[in-house]
Amino acid sequence: MSAVIGHEHDHDHDHAHGHEYHPGGLMRWVKTTNHKDIGTMYLWFSFVMFLTGGFMAMVIRAELFKPGMQIVNPEVFNQMTTLHGLIMVFGAIMPAFVGFANWLIPMQIGAPDMAFPRMNNWSFWLLPPAALLLIISLFVPGGAPGVGWTLYAPLTVQQGMGMDLTIFAVHILGMSSIMGSINIVTTILNLRAPGMTLMKMPLFVWTWLITAYLLIAVMPVFAGAVTMTLTDRHFGTHFFNAAGGGDPVLYQHIFWFFGHPEVYIIAIPAFGVVSQVIPAFSRKPLFGYTSMVYAVASIAILSFLVWAHHMYTTGLPVTAQLYYMYATMLIAVPTGVKVFNWVATMWKGSLTFETPMLFSLGFLFLFTIGGFSGLVLSIVPVDIQLQDTYYVVAHFHYVMVAGALFSAFAGIYFWLPKWTGHMYDETLGKVHFWLSFIFFNMIFFVQHFLGLAGMPRRVPDYAPQFTDFNMISSIGAFGFGLSQLLFLYVVIKTIRSHEPAPQKPWEGADSLEWTHLPTPAPYHSFVTPPTVK
Amino acid sequence: MLSQSTSYYLPEPSHWPVVGSCALFLMTFGGVLWMNEVTAGPWVVFAGMLTLVYMMFGWFGTVIRESEGGKYNKQVDLSFRWSMSWFIFSEVMFFAAFFGALFYMRVLSVPGLGSGDTMEQLWPGFVAQWPVSGPGIEEKFTSMGAWGIPAINTLILLTSGVTVTWAHWALKKNNRTQLIAGLAVTVALGILFLTLQAYEYVHAYHELGLTLGMGAYGATFFMLTGFHGFHVTIGTIMLIVILGRSIAGHFTADHHFAFEGVSWYWHFVDVVWLLLFVLVYWL
Repeated sequence: MSAVIGHEHDHDHDHAHGHEYHPGGLMRWVKTTNHKDIGTMYLWFSFVMFLTGGFMAMVIRAELFKPGMQIVNPEVFNQMTTLHGLIMVFGAIMPAFVGFANWLIPMQIGAPDMAFPRMNNWSFWLLPPAALLLIISLFVPGGAPGVGWTLYAPLTVQQGMGMDLTIFAVHILGMSSIMGSINIVTTILNLRAPGMTLMKMPLFVWTWLITAYLLIAVMPVFAGAVTMTLTDRHFGTHFFNAAGGGDPVLYQHIFWFFGHPEVYIIAIPAFGVVSQVIPAFSRKPLFGYTSMVYAVASIAILSFLVWAHHMYTTGLPVTAQLYYMYATMLIAVPTGVKVFNWVATMWKGSLTFETPMLFSLGFLFLFTIGGFSGLVLSIVPVDIQLQDTYYVVAHFHYVMVAGALFSAFAGIYFWLPKWTGHMYDETLGKVHFWLSFIFFNMIFFVQHFLGLAGMPRRVPDYAPQFTDFNMISSIGAFGFGLSQLLFLYVVIKTIRSHEPAPQKPWEGADSLEWTHLPTPAPYHSFVTPPTVK
Repeated sequence: MLSQSTSYYLPEPSHWPVVGSCALFLMTFGGVLWMNEVTAGPWVVFAGMLTLVYMMFGWFGTVIRESEGGKYNKQVDLSFRWSMSWFIFSEVMFFAAFFGALFYMRVLSVPGLGSGDTMEQLWPGFVAQWPVSGPGIEEKFTSMGAWGIPAINTLILLTSGVTVTWAHWALKKNNRTQLIAGLAVTVALGILFLTLQAYEYVHAYHELGLTLGMGAYGATFFMLTGFHGFHVTIGTIMLIVILGRSIAGHFTADHHFAFEGVSWYWHFVDVVWLLLFVLVYWL
């Protein structure tokens, strides 16, 4: 190593030099290798995708406002449900949490940046081409795929060229996720400040370490599944065709081997954010830190073992159904550990209810409801009734929107002062929370009843007896959509504000970005790593 | 070990990633056009590939210059090791999807089609066996035997694993001649493997009637061996780069992660082949 140590001086020189070269304007963002710039791009990209996918949700809810065909034909309706799902999962929620990871992990572990700043840039800049491919698919002959976000064969094999665009979009998104995850794992394992042992890391960092592991494990599997779809479409293979010894159910197995961990890829960083916010506003350390780490790890391991609970109605043997049912129920144990720990953190705490805390509490209540409806669905005989009804739609939106999205809002309000250097408007933030909370329940709570009454999902028309609940749901959806424009206004107002935020606006916050870094966080966080006691 | 140095190398802003994004967009978009028989398709793919090659030369060239310029300390080296390990893990999972499909077809879908009501009602007379194309495919094929070219290819890859390790030992002992010889032999073995596999594919298509369209066996055979062959190609190209760098005098006895990363990748490709040999060719 002597040769390298001999260059120590050069390092410092280049270090300083590398950081003084800042292209201006657009090129700053295109060429950047700074984790904060990249985190910001991820967050804005995800917001644009959130509005795009949200617009598609508005089309869906407008069509479902009353029975009969109103504004779109069934093909377009199917394209909207498909793209809404794909864009929200891969374009909005996942990039939002990668944005948090980029901003926060180096600051929370005392690192100078991510381990591979250039690859970090590429992970982000792969997203726009993938999104472009998805959007282009709307305008090619045959339109975007109308197959649902799960891209089930054999329907996918029969679609037009929009399906090919979607397949390649998935490949590129997968590359982005894998590179981003390798970067995150390496950063966490190799760039921690002296004294920052694994079990001293903030829980947000832990959740991302485990999420990144899940991503590296399952994104390639998804890539394999859509590659088989592609070769079945164009190169004469019979993976999903019984005439050639294949099976459409094979697609479902491979997809859900990816798809179930994917649910936790979305949920686990949300747990991480909430685990930072709740202690801060309870002015108490997180209750049961060690058990939280083990609970997240157990959820991650279990997520590989339960995939066929999405497939109870495909004709699984009874023994398999029983195994998947009990294995799925087992996940309630570590999830329960987490929920009780969050509640215990608040117990006898000195609570205040600023916007991040409100969103975290909203998360806690609604995610728990989503967890319980998941338990309901894990029961085979019940699921056979509820499969492909609005009950399932209600269930996963409680997890995805009230779980992941609410915690992302909590995180944005929580760290916005650190990121921008300005305080957000507390009143407007609270208004945003209450509007989101009320409208969210208007949309999705009634969908439980619709599902129990037998309304199928992914169908543009319905029987007249479902009209009332659908109208409530649609009005809620329009309200929820408009409320998010208020969020945009709050964020822009914060960025443009002149009111400086203190270094640590939240009394109970204790991770390095609050205790060691000024507000706004400097462009380079820790050029020399802090020593953690 | 952890955070020994305070100066972890941080690169300055770079345009290579976005060039790579343009390349991938062109390749995928062009690929879609090509598959759907739009005339411009192949040209767009070609433009994308050129862009990708340009990006690789530029990006990897920069990394090599930085490495040889001594900018990477021990901590950066460890980052490379972690990342290469996780990358190989992701590759393992990619192959796992296709091995899973093979397993599913052999154990579940083909026996299912050849038994019970499914067979009697839908595919009367279909006998579940392996190798098989499928109940709806009329054409006949002969499966690929294990003890001809595949066995020779197994020996070739195992030998190449030895030669690359020999080269590594030479590098650690500062023996340039042996290093270059070892790498050159490894590259030659890689190319030999690929040539034999290409011959095997031609043989399969022209004499055995074994094509991608031959149902369960054809799809799993060509997709598994094909993706493996693609990875051998990548590995061989990487070995050629490392060989060129060794000739140019790069690497020292204690600073040569690029060499090790490539050899890890080569061993990974080797292990996948052993699984293929047993599960696809032999059993």
